[in-house]
Amino acid sequence: MRWLGFGPLLRLLLALGFGLGLWQLVVWATGVPHFILPGPARVGASLSNNAPLLLEHAQFTAVNLLTGLAAGVALGVMTALNLALSPGARLMLRPMLIFAQAVPVFALAPILTLWLGYGAASKIVIVMLVIYFPVTSAFFDGLMRLPAPLTDLAHTMRATPLRKLFLLQVPHAIPALFSGLRLAVVYAPFAVIIGEWVGSSRGLGYLMLMANGRGQTDLMFAALFVLAAQSLALFAALEAISRGRAKLREP
Amino acid sequence: MTALRLQGDLWMGTSPLIRDLKLDMPAGCWSCLLGVSGVGKSTIARLIAGLPGPYRLEGTVSAGDAGTPAGRVAMMAQGGQLLPWADLVQNVTIGARLRGTRPDTARARNLLEQVGLAGLEARRPAELSGGQCQRVALARVLIEDCPIVVLDEPFSALDTLTRLAMQDLAARLLRGRTVVLITHDPLEAIRLSDRAWMLGPDGANRLELPQTLPPRDFRAPDVLAAQADLLVLLQGDVVCAG
Repeated sequence: MRWLGFGPLLRLLLALGFGLGLWQLVVWATGVPHFILPGPARVGASLSNNAPLLLEHAQFTAVNLLTGLAAGVALGVMTALNLALSPGARLMLRPMLIFAQAVPVFALAPILTLWLGYGAASKIVIVMLVIYFPVTSAFFDGLMRLPAPLTDLAHTMRATPLRKLFLLQVPHAIPALFSGLRLAVVYAPFAVIIGEWVGSSRGLGYLMLMANGRGQTDLMFAALFVLAAQSLALFAALEAISRGRAKLREP
Repeated sequence: MTALRLQGDLWMGTSPLIRDLKLDMPAGCWSCLLGVSGVGKSTIARLIAGLPGPYRLEGTVSAGDAGTPAGRVAMMAQGGQLLPWADLVQNVTIGARLRGTRPDTARARNLLEQVGLAGLEARRPAELSGGQCQRVALARVLIEDCPIVVLDEPFSALDTLTRLAMQDLAARLLRGRTVVLITHDPLEAIRLSDRAWMLGPDGANRLELPQTLPPRDFRAPDVLAAQADLLVLLQGDVVCAG
C-alpha cells in the first residue's frame, strides 16, 4: 500500500475528503431537509459567504480561550509549585482542591455569568476554572515523583528546598506538565463555548445559538467547523512545542 | 583526613537488622563492607551519608573528632543519579548549584577529562554507556571534595571488563580520602580494600586481605585465593539465609 507512505498532509486531506463524501452521501441517501442537516457544499458556501462574520466572532472566542488558558496554566503551575514546596499548603489546599473539583465547573457557568456579566471576563474565568485542576494535578504529581536517587542527591548535596525544586523537581516534572496541558487544551474549547451559550453577545458559541434560532443550520455548522479548526490548531501547536522540547533534549 | 567509627545495633523498623555492629574505618583508607543482599549494606551507606530512611541506629556514628559525618560525605550509587535533561558539565556541577554557590565549570571539564570523557562534555546521560555514566558520577564525587566518600555498589551494573577499569580509575582518583565501599562482589572487595568486613545479622567480621597494596592485580595468586575463600564464605551465608 504505497499511498500510506504519502505525506501526512495528503493523508489528512484524504481522510477529510472521505469524511465529506460520506456526509454528502448521507444527505443524498436520506433526503433530510437542509435545515436539519445541510450538505458539505451548503456549509462550505456559508463559510465563504459569512467569512467576515465568522472571523469576528472567532476572534472573540479565540482571545478568551487563549487568555483563559494562559491564566489557568499560570495559576495551576504556581499552585503546584507552592504545594510541592510547602507541606503546610499541601495539608490545607489539597482537600480544598479536591472538593472544588467535585463541583462541576460547567454548572457554575450561569453563576459566573451572573457575577461577571456577558463580556469576556466570565468566559475567561470558566476556562481558567476548568483547566486549573488538570494542570495543577498533573504538574504536582510530576514534582512529587522525583526518583529516589535524585532525592538522595539533593540531600547529600545539602540543597536548599527552593533550589531542589527548580533544579531537580521542575525539570523532572516537565513531561507531566505537558500531559496536563494536553488535557487543558482539549477541555478549554468546551469551557469557552459553554460560557458563551450561557450568556454572551459575541463569540462562536453565541453565533451558533443565534443561527440555530433563525434556522440557519448551515451557519451553525460553519461556526462549528471554525471552532473545531481552532481546537485542532491549539492541539497541534502544543504538540509542536512538546516535540521541539524533546528534540532539544535528544539532539 | 577523617576516620569513621560506627558502633551499635542497627534496626529496620521494629526488627533488628544488624546487632553489635563495630566498624573502625581508618582515615584515608578504603574500607569495604561485603555481604549478601538484604543484609543491610545500603542501610549503612545511607546511615553514614545521613540520608533518611526507616532505619534506626542504637549507637553512634562519628567522623574524626567532630561528631557525625553528615555534610562531609559525597555519595555514588549504582545509577540513576544523573540528570537526564542536563549535559555532563551541568551534571558534574549540580552540587554547587543546589547549594547556591558558583559552579566551577572549568574544574568540571578538567575532572571529566580525568575520568576519560574529554570531548563529551555537551552530551546528555542518555547518549552515554553505563560505564561512562558512572565516570560522570565519579567526576561529580571528586568535585565535591569531601573527606568521606561512600560508594554504594557503584560498579555492580557494569560488565566485568568495564568494572575492572572503573575500579582502577576510582582507586587512583579517590586516593587519600576515607572511602566506604559497599559491594557484593568478592573480587571488588579484595582488589580495592585496605580493610574489609563481612556483614551479617550478628555484626561485622574483619576479613583477611592479601599483603599487597590496593588496587590489587586480579591475576595475583593471593588475590584469587582470597576471592575463592570469600565466595565460600558468602555461599555459606546465602545457604543460611535461603
